[in-house]
Amino acid sequence: MSEEIACKKIEVINTTKIFGKNAKRASQLLSEGKTKKEILKATGATVGVKNASFDVYEGEIFVIMGLSGSGKSTLVRLLNRLIDPTMGNILLDGEDIVKMNKEQLRNVRRKKIGMVFQNFALFPHKTILENTEYGLEIQGVAKAERQAKAKESLGLVGLAGYEDQYPSQLSGGMQQRVGLARALANGPDVLLMDEAFSALDPLIRKDMQDELLQLHNDMGKTIIFITHDLDEALRIGDRIALMKDGEIVQVGTPEEILMSPSNEYVERFVEDVDLAKVLTAGHIMKKADTVQVDRGPRVALRMMKRLGISSIYVVDKANRLLGAVTAQEAGLAIEAGKSLEAIMISDLPMILPETVLNDLFDVVSTAVVPVAVVDENEKLQGIIIRGALIGALSGDNQFINNNGTIGSDEKVDTEVKANE
Amino acid sequence: MNNLLPRLPFADWIDDGVDWLVVTFGTLFDGISNFLKGIVEGSVEWLDMVPSILLAVLFALLAWFISTRRIALFTLIGLLFIDYLGYWYPMLQMLALVLTSVFFALVIGIPIGIWGSQQATARKIINPILDLMQTMPAFVYLLPAIFFFNIGVVPGVVASVIFSMPPTIRLTMLGIEQVPKDLIEATEAFGSTTWQRLGKVQIPLAKPTIMAGVNQSIMLSLSMVVIASMVGAPGLGEEVYRAVTQLKTGVGFETGLSIVIVAIILDRITQHAGKKKQGGTT
Repeated sequence: MSEEIACKKIEVINTTKIFGKNAKRASQLLSEGKTKKEILKATGATVGVKNASFDVYEGEIFVIMGLSGSGKSTLVRLLNRLIDPTMGNILLDGEDIVKMNKEQLRNVRRKKIGMVFQNFALFPHKTILENTEYGLEIQGVAKAERQAKAKESLGLVGLAGYEDQYPSQLSGGMQQRVGLARALANGPDVLLMDEAFSALDPLIRKDMQDELLQLHNDMGKTIIFITHDLDEALRIGDRIALMKDGEIVQVGTPEEILMSPSNEYVERFVEDVDLAKVLTAGHIMKKADTVQVDRGPRVALRMMKRLGISSIYVVDKANRLLGAVTAQEAGLAIEAGKSLEAIMISDLPMILPETVLNDLFDVVSTAVVPVAVVDENEKLQGIIIRGALIGALSGDNQFINNNGTIGSDEKVDTEVKANE
Repeated sequence: MNNLLPRLPFADWIDDGVDWLVVTFGTLFDGISNFLKGIVEGSVEWLDMVPSILLAVLFALLAWFISTRRIALFTLIGLLFIDYLGYWYPMLQMLALVLTSVFFALVIGIPIGIWGSQQATARKIINPILDLMQTMPAFVYLLPAIFFFNIGVVPGVVASVIFSMPPTIRLTMLGIEQVPKDLIEATEAFGSTTWQRLGKVQIPLAKPTIMAGVNQSIMLSLSMVVIASMVGAPGLGEEVYRAVTQLKTGVGFETGLSIVIVAIILDRITQHAGKKKQGGTT
């Protein structure tokens, strides 16, 4: 909920871009509600971005996602006016970029907005250092100062020592680091990243995503990231805008997009997503049945019988997880007159609610009792049942709850029963 | 069927136009004429003050510096061969004519090329003019050039400039336009001015292509020397022309070969100048 407190860095208001000669007529048709195809047929003009409105908050990673041709690359270029919008307003820190003259726009580009390109766009005739200092060089910053800043920025992306190489001597991943360093050297508030990692192979892409998140964490810049890869969007985005045919179809957190797709298109888009990388333990955990440790084995056994389950979790008064007992052991304990503490299994595997399903398979498959989900203080949050894990992966919504809030419906218990 | 329409007196119009220009701008043309003549003859005198062997060595060193040792060696042997044949002075005259015309072709052509690369309208005006300049038989320039600049080396230089300029303009435009679009976007995204974009990114990247144009201009200018000799431009071309009119096959062959040697030297050196200095982009 911090987004509501955070201030708006960029506001895009009813912005439209139409390519072609008949832009006026096309925009009129657009306001009459004609589709992109109809307008193309009638006027020959292409609608690149249609009536886009969204806010980007200070310090967030805002991902614009869509398939090729959806207008996402056009949209990002409207933000620094590499492409001039046909209609609409774009406010950066409250100032309308669309109304700026060349000089003002140049200053915004020099000081406030940095850009990273899909195919790196490094200058092949300049060394890595010269590439990195380009933004400062054209501002007329003295050589010593700009070299120092460029070196610092190269250090941030882990390329110290490569200053005198040429771009062609570096691998793709390293070239894009230079692209990133070049954008950072100017010290902009906003970074526009146009499919910045799409040209990299998957392993390197993942590393770069991690490093970007790390950098974002350290520097707190506002990042607008364009991608066609949903996994990437979900991984790095604080919020995601989904685009189709030049329109923004949904804006929301990764979770909102996944859990409540606003229309069929979004639904189809998210259908293929690898749920194991997106859903967390918190999404699929069920309410746990517990017994406090100072009650005896009899109470535990009684509760299990009443609930129809074969094991129960033992907690202390603060709901901290201590262990679990099975019905069988509770029975034996009653005969031998032992306490719950003496017979419970205490080395239970525990996981945090944020753990993604991908990292759960091992634990869940080897556990004797359902795996417990605990918070940082080892307080029991819920449990994970094998059936729920598999059900969630198959996309069955009945196994997916809103992160962290567990409804105490009857299904939980029947599931436990079925599982045991 | 004939003469339904009166014959179009286009030739008369051109003649009248040329006459008008000569009368109106006579002093200006005289000024240009003296200026160009001074440059060509002055450089011949300067070059001739250096002993031929020393000059050949200097040229060879220059070739070595710009390109390779092999070309340097060829330069040395080739120039000494021309000297040995006895065409040293005409060779210098030709060289001065060629280099002067190429110099002006570049000074005028490269800015026009840059201009054309920046504006689609400019390109639309420039391209047909270039077509005209390249396809119009070169003799045709010589005629008005004689009126404007008298006979001698100057009309030769002017005709060579006109004839050799198009490749430089065209390849300058092409080279700048061929700079990848994302690099242009990058320069824009960082807030470059037009001149910063051109000077720091587009022209450096277009340099190999521009140098190819320069190379072509030199070759075209060389091909003009024989034609220029018909209006009295001195040099190897004049020797060839004389050999042709007097049916001296041997002399014609000697002088022709000398031109070829100079052409090869200039060609190889400028080709290398374009390829070198491209950092790590090999």
